[in-house]
Formats: sequence, C-alpha cells, structure tokens
Amino acid sequence: MMFGRILSTARIEFAIALRNRWVAVGVVLMVLFSLVLSLAGTGSAGALAVDTLSVTVASLTSLSVYLVPLIALLISFDAIAGEVERGTLPLYLTYPLSRSELLLGKLTAQLGVVAIAVLSGYGIAAAYAFGTSGNEALSGLPALWRLIWTSVLLGAAFLSLGHMMSALARRPSGAAALVIGLWLIAIVLYDLGLLAAIVADDGGAFTTDVFPWALVLNPADAFRIYNLAASEAVGAVSGLAGAASSIAVWKPLASLWLWPVLAAGAARIAFGRVIP
Amino acid sequence: MTILTLSHLTKRYDKAASGAAALDDVSLSISAGERVALLGHNGAGKSTLMKCVLGLIPTSAGAISIAGHAPGSAVARALVSYLPESAAFHPALTGREQIRHYLRLRGGHVRDADALLDRVGLLEAAGRRIGTYSKGMRQRVGLAQALIGTPRLMVLDEPTSGLDPISRREFYDILDDLAGQGTAILLSSHALSEVEARTDRIVILSKGQQVAEGSLADLRRRAALPLTVSMVPQSGQEEALVAAFPEAAMHHGALSFTCEADEKSKVLARLVANRDQVADFDIQPPSLDDIYAHISRRAA
Repeated sequence: MMFGRILSTARIEFAIALRNRWVAVGVVLMVLFSLVLSLAGTGSAGALAVDTLSVTVASLTSLSVYLVPLIALLISFDAIAGEVERGTLPLYLTYPLSRSELLLGKLTAQLGVVAIAVLSGYGIAAAYAFGTSGNEALSGLPALWRLIWTSVLLGAAFLSLGHMMSALARRPSGAAALVIGLWLIAIVLYDLGLLAAIVADDGGAFTTDVFPWALVLNPADAFRIYNLAASEAVGAVSGLAGAASSIAVWKPLASLWLWPVLAAGAARIAFGRVIP
Repeated sequence: MTILTLSHLTKRYDKAASGAAALDDVSLSISAGERVALLGHNGAGKSTLMKCVLGLIPTSAGAISIAGHAPGSAVARALVSYLPESAAFHPALTGREQIRHYLRLRGGHVRDADALLDRVGLLEAAGRRIGTYSKGMRQRVGLAQALIGTPRLMVLDEPTSGLDPISRREFYDILDDLAGQGTAILLSSHALSEVEARTDRIVILSKGQQVAEGSLADLRRRAALPLTVSMVPQSGQEEALVAAFPEAAMHHGALSFTCEADEKSKVLARLVANRDQVADFDIQPPSLDDIYAHISRRAA
C-alpha cells in the first residue's frame, strides 16, 4: 500500500516532469556539455599514457560537480512551493498519503530524471571514447560506472536539499532564489573560500587538520574527490590532487551515501512545518 | 449513527488567548446520511472549521471526532473526502490521469476512473489536460475525486460557487444519492439561496460563532420576517384601492405593504373583497437571502 502510493506519486510527477520539459532540459544540458568535453579532451589526451575514456571520465567529473547539482535543484525547487501556490497541497494532505510518502514519490521521479540526463550525457561521451580509441576504452569502464552511481547520489542529495528550500520558502519565486543561493555557496563559493583559507594559512593546522574534513563534508567535493582518487587521470585534470591523495577513500564515500539520507530527513522536517 | 462530532471547538490563529477567535465554541454533530450546510460571510470561519475537521490545522480547544477517530489520523483520512474551495490540479495532467492517481492513493482500482468522470459529466474531456478546463470543469474533477470509495463523511468547501444552475442541480442530485447511501455531508456556502432546500440542516456562522442551527423551516419561523403583498390597481380605481388599503405605499404604479405570516388569510380576504379594484396581486414570502441576512445581522 505504502509503496503503491509512493509509486503512484512518482508516476504522476514523472509525467509532469516530461511535459514541463525538465527531462528534455536535463538531457540536452548533459549531452551538450559532455560532447564539448569529449571533443576538447581528445586533443590533450594524446600525450597521456591513459585511455581516452578515463580522461573523459575525469573531465566529466569536473563537469558533473557543477551540472548535476544545478539540474537537481532546478527540477526540485518547485516541489512543495508549487503545490502550495497552486493550492493542490491541502487536498493531497487529506488523502491517506503521508508527507513522507509524498516527498519520497517526488524524489523517486526526479531522481529518475537526473539518472536519465546523466546516462544520456555520459553515454554520448563513452560512445565517443569507444569510437576514437576502440577497445582501449574498456579499461575506463569501471571509472565510468563509478561516475554514474556517484552522480545519482549527488543528484539525490541536491534534490532533497531543493525540497527543503521549497518547503522553507513556500513560494516558488522564493524557493528559486534559495536554490540559486545554495548552488552558488555549496558549489562555487565553498571551494573558493577553502582555497583562500589555505593560502592564508600557509601550510598550518588548517591545511592539515581542518581542510580534508571540510572537503569531505561538502557533497560536491566528496563526489569529486571520490571519483578522482580512484582514477589514474587525477594528475591530469585536478588541482585538488594533493589534497585528494591524502584523504582515505572511505571518507568521501561515506559522505556521498550520508548526504542523500540527511538531506531527505531535513526536507521532511522542513515540510512538516508547512501548514496548508 | 453519528459520523462527525465537534464539541466546543475553538480555533485561534494568533497564540494569545485574548485574540479574536476564528472559531469560538462551536458544537455540532452530523449523522450518517445527513446533509448539513454551513453558512456564513467570507471570514466567518467556514473554511477554518473544515480544515480543523480534515486535520489540516491544529485546534486551539475543544474536540473533534470522526466516527471515533482523531481528525487527520490515518483512519480518519480514509473515511473522509474533501472538495477544496475552487479545486486546483496540476495543469499538465489530464483529468483521467489525475483521477487515476487519486484512486491509487485511496487504494482503489484505476478502471473506476472513467465511471467517476462519467458521473460528473467529464468523460468526453477525460483525455484533455486540466489546464484547458473551465472553472466549472475543474470543480467537477474535484467532485469526482471526492466521490472515490463512497466516503463516510464528505467535506465540501463552497462546492457550487463555480457552477451554473443546471450543474448545481446535478450536483445536488449526486449528493442526494450519496446521502441515501449513508454518507454524512458537510458543505459550506455564503448564500442560503445556493443551498436551496436540499440540505437537512443549516448552521450559520458569524465571526466564528454559531448563531443559528436548524432546518430551513425552523430558520424561516425563527426569523419571523413579514410577507410582502403587492397589488396592481385596475385603471381608474387607484384612489379606491388606496382607501381600502391605507397602509400600502405606491411604487411604480403598484401598491405594496407588508404583513405578518399569520395575517395571510386576512389579507387574502381583503383582496377578495376589493377584487374589482385589483388587476393583479402577489404575496411573497421572505426570500432565503432575506432570512439569512436577518439572522446574521441579528447576531452581529
């Protein structure tokens, strides 16, 4: 029964996402950027002793850090605020449908949208890599697979964060402003701030003790570190290589798994405070 | 069997106990198969009362019981259906998709969707997106979802406000069917004339207080409003008629005066006695809106 309600909500939400063109927007964004990266990546790959797919995965990682949270926030910010504004929320809440079930249904559908966008983008990039370097690209497949499931986890974390912002704002316009702010802070300013702190600290206690944890605590950085740490192409693309190599690989992995759960819990608490 | 019981229900939106109450000590019970209309001006507390019954907002004092269950509890939600004021749905979904979703949420069968849509006259538009529907059609989608699973209690917030007179009649026909099957119905309206005579009991709210309760006949008797008698004189007989009915006033060529309900037969006898002077006459009971305005004004 409970799964039936979650599944039905997911079905209806996915239909809405399709018709609102969110699926199309996500796929087009991911495919376009992946294609550009693939074409640009092959030029420099010649000098490296790694296969094209590994290089492509490394550059896709840097791309996805920005794009996956952006897509996730774009499709999730309306989740609660939109229902409130349309006036559709009170009716749902008189149904035998709990707030958790409603949120999980929306999350499931939107996670499906993120997965489709990510798979299309990465699929195009992988196809291009196989096309240019043939079977050599096979050795990059584990890295590609890792990139796919970590991208979905990253997407899940930011979808729930979007739901939380949506519940806190209660109006779509406010929710949109909140998620843009969240994206800027979590994805752009956070790294800049860390970088500035490292420069100011000049190799002191912050750099050795606080910085590694600060990196792992941000889901986007955890995503980057986990993917690059396991990749041989780290040195080729990442300025964070030094930091990444000093962090045990289980830490970003734990962060990646914990964030979606914690964010979903926070979204549920914020939604619980919305009185229709 | 009593389905809904409100006892001393009070709701304040601001935390201070001294503030004005949106609902002040309202007690009410509705039995299976009973149709109760909740009347009041905008802001009288109708929607607040309904939201309390549905468990959407917490109450400040008093108790609500839905067949023995707390409002908003899982059992209560399964027993109660709701039609919000100006029902809204996602514009990108078709009527059929929306109703199928609601059916699945209530544990029903999706194959019942078309029958429900047919019952509210929407079958032909079932495949179109709700964004293309008129207000009246959206209201019908709202009614269709409220009919799912023959609920024990139906809560309808201004259900007939977007409907034309014919649709309103069809709507009340559906409610009659449901009441016949034992569904208790609580509906709100801002006009007594809208609920017509098709409810069993009427509760009038004014500024959060319950100012009257009873059948339409009860309210009519309690208001004790006079009848209005109007006469059109035969040409050339105006002065004779004025002499026969000195209490009447002339307006636009017609004489009119008011009389108490128990003087009706006396007035009729006088009219008959002066029938040579009267070309036409009319005796009108107070309109439903007159009664409603009188009762809510007296309470204020």
